[in-house]
Amino acid sequence: MAAQTLYDKLWDQHRILAEDDGRTLLYIDRQLLHEVTSPQAFAGLRAAGRPLWRVDANIATADHNVPTTDRAAGISDPVARLQVDTLDRNCREYGIEEFGMMDRRQGIVHVIAPEQGLTLPGMTVVCGDSHTATHGALATLAFGIGTTEVEHVLATQCLWARKAKNLRVWVDGRLGAGVTAKDLVLAIIGQLGTAGGTGHTIEFAGPAVQALSIEGRMTLCNMAIEAGARSGLVAVDERTIEYLQGRPYAPSGAEWDRAVAVWRQLVSDADAHFDKELRLDGSAIRPQVTWGTSPEMVLAVDDRVPDPDEAPDAVRRQAWSNALQYMGLRPHTPITDIAVDRVFIGSCTNARIEDLRAAAQVVQGKTKAASVKSVLVVPGSGLVKMQAEAEGLDEIFRQAGFEWREPGCSMCLAMNADRLEPGERCAATSNRNFEGRQGAGGRTHLVSPAMAAAAAIAGHFVDVRHWQV
Amino acid sequence: MEAFTVVESVLIPLDRANVDTDAIIPKQFLKTIERQGLGRHLFHDWRYEDDGTPKADFVLNRPPYSGGKILLARENFGCGSSREHAPWALADFGIRAVVAPSFADIFANNCVQNGILTVTLSADEVEHLFQAVQSRPGYGLRIDLAQGEIQGSDGWRTHFEVAPGTRHKLLHGLDDIGITLQHKEAIARYEAQRREQFPWLFRG
Repeated sequence: MAAQTLYDKLWDQHRILAEDDGRTLLYIDRQLLHEVTSPQAFAGLRAAGRPLWRVDANIATADHNVPTTDRAAGISDPVARLQVDTLDRNCREYGIEEFGMMDRRQGIVHVIAPEQGLTLPGMTVVCGDSHTATHGALATLAFGIGTTEVEHVLATQCLWARKAKNLRVWVDGRLGAGVTAKDLVLAIIGQLGTAGGTGHTIEFAGPAVQALSIEGRMTLCNMAIEAGARSGLVAVDERTIEYLQGRPYAPSGAEWDRAVAVWRQLVSDADAHFDKELRLDGSAIRPQVTWGTSPEMVLAVDDRVPDPDEAPDAVRRQAWSNALQYMGLRPHTPITDIAVDRVFIGSCTNARIEDLRAAAQVVQGKTKAASVKSVLVVPGSGLVKMQAEAEGLDEIFRQAGFEWREPGCSMCLAMNADRLEPGERCAATSNRNFEGRQGAGGRTHLVSPAMAAAAAIAGHFVDVRHWQV
Repeated sequence: MEAFTVVESVLIPLDRANVDTDAIIPKQFLKTIERQGLGRHLFHDWRYEDDGTPKADFVLNRPPYSGGKILLARENFGCGSSREHAPWALADFGIRAVVAPSFADIFANNCVQNGILTVTLSADEVEHLFQAVQSRPGYGLRIDLAQGEIQGSDGWRTHFEVAPGTRHKLLHGLDDIGITLQHKEAIARYEAQRREQFPWLFRG
């Protein structure tokens, strides 16, 4: 058989049938449901009188709309409450397991599924959320879908799809101290551009990727969509297997051994063909900060804000100029001169325990700058929160004047009460710096957890590599 | 779903690249549990002042564009979140087709599910259309899906590609679930085999 990429293998294993024009019916092993993109899907199913195809393939939680303050108080926004209640009701009616708002396993859907072992290598994983790419860190074919497709999976356990091309991002060397998976993926997006991965599945590989923890790999795959790719992947290795052992929904006993033997085959063959390749030197990557309104508008912390007059073409000149105007920035300003009003540490990109440890390490014994109005630390799940508290991280944050919150998507997309006011500038560990993403008129700079924490202390961006010493 | 055969309309120019789904429909409107009624929130932050009054200079607020069915934009239209609320808002406003040099994958897929055609033209062709709209306000476009042909009110014409399956679905306004369930034996067979081979993927 011809050499295959990891993506080729995952695709072939889930192919039920294909039409002449390439439209392929793929089997879906796991669907993750949340309150925002599922109500209309259940309504459609109900209206058509169709049964759920396979109940145990689904798992649900509320994450986008939930408050990050006192949970016992419930949701004050009646519209948001109706949406969360609707999810609860749909799950009860169809018998779908749900981690409800008061369950300690509740959290951001892309944090809790791997945490519980609900994401297993070799699966296809879908969710009505573009950051489903996250699960590719465990060698799953994982991608975001719309609500009509959510309904389709509920009714048929399948999806129609067309095979994407193979893109490999190969990272040599090793990331330096103070440089994280977040900086790596931002640097990759900076090079590929926000549409560079469109129509492709990205496999992240090379020594610098293999050296990343599984959580780091999740950060990497999470933002594949910000380069236009629906899916990101990392091959199975010892770290993958170590990570999964003992997770509540992972296999155990003799079944574990059988599963591990299957999982070890989930790697690209040595001579597999990639349609496109990007190579980077991991040791050359510096901490990254976005300056504009698209994740591709990113620079290293020791760079300066670009000048639209130096843009490579007319479309980008206009885009840069719009972005600078929206962001309230002038060309040539050093990134480290940019002061922030608020800081957000959280999201499906960076709200796992290692992210919180990295932030706490920078913060320990310091306090936030007086000019910074608020710093929100929002753990990715109830279990991440408990772990952080067991390690005393919450105390480090509280003593620094940060707010320690309940898990959810929070200020990444600001559907709940956590949001920016017009004109406010935020250092955020999330994944999108689009106009208005964190609140109408809000200005977002994407950074790593350590960089966000350091900005909270200093009041402006600093280079954590030097700042720590 | 409304079938897409021939659509003729004034062309609405939105001269921006990387128009993201947060811009198409901001998050405060995602709390709905309905599919309808999002058209009035389409491009909300660009379209309305803080007090809710329409911005006179935004293209969707100006006739004849406010009644248009075909939107023209630059590359990577629809990037970002998978929210189907974006095509729902476009459809509810009356948009039947978007013309651009490239689209984000999830968005394009969501459009097909809602009877919206995404027409991919070259950057040069899109540039030509922007210039045509600028020099002739009210410039119209006619899109014939069966023929894969697009024609401007000045006689300019070009062809575009659509995958046969997608074209068939749009031309007949079909939804997928019914089609898929015709294959339910094949799905059940595959599933039984998978359960046998990889039992750890099945919890129940």
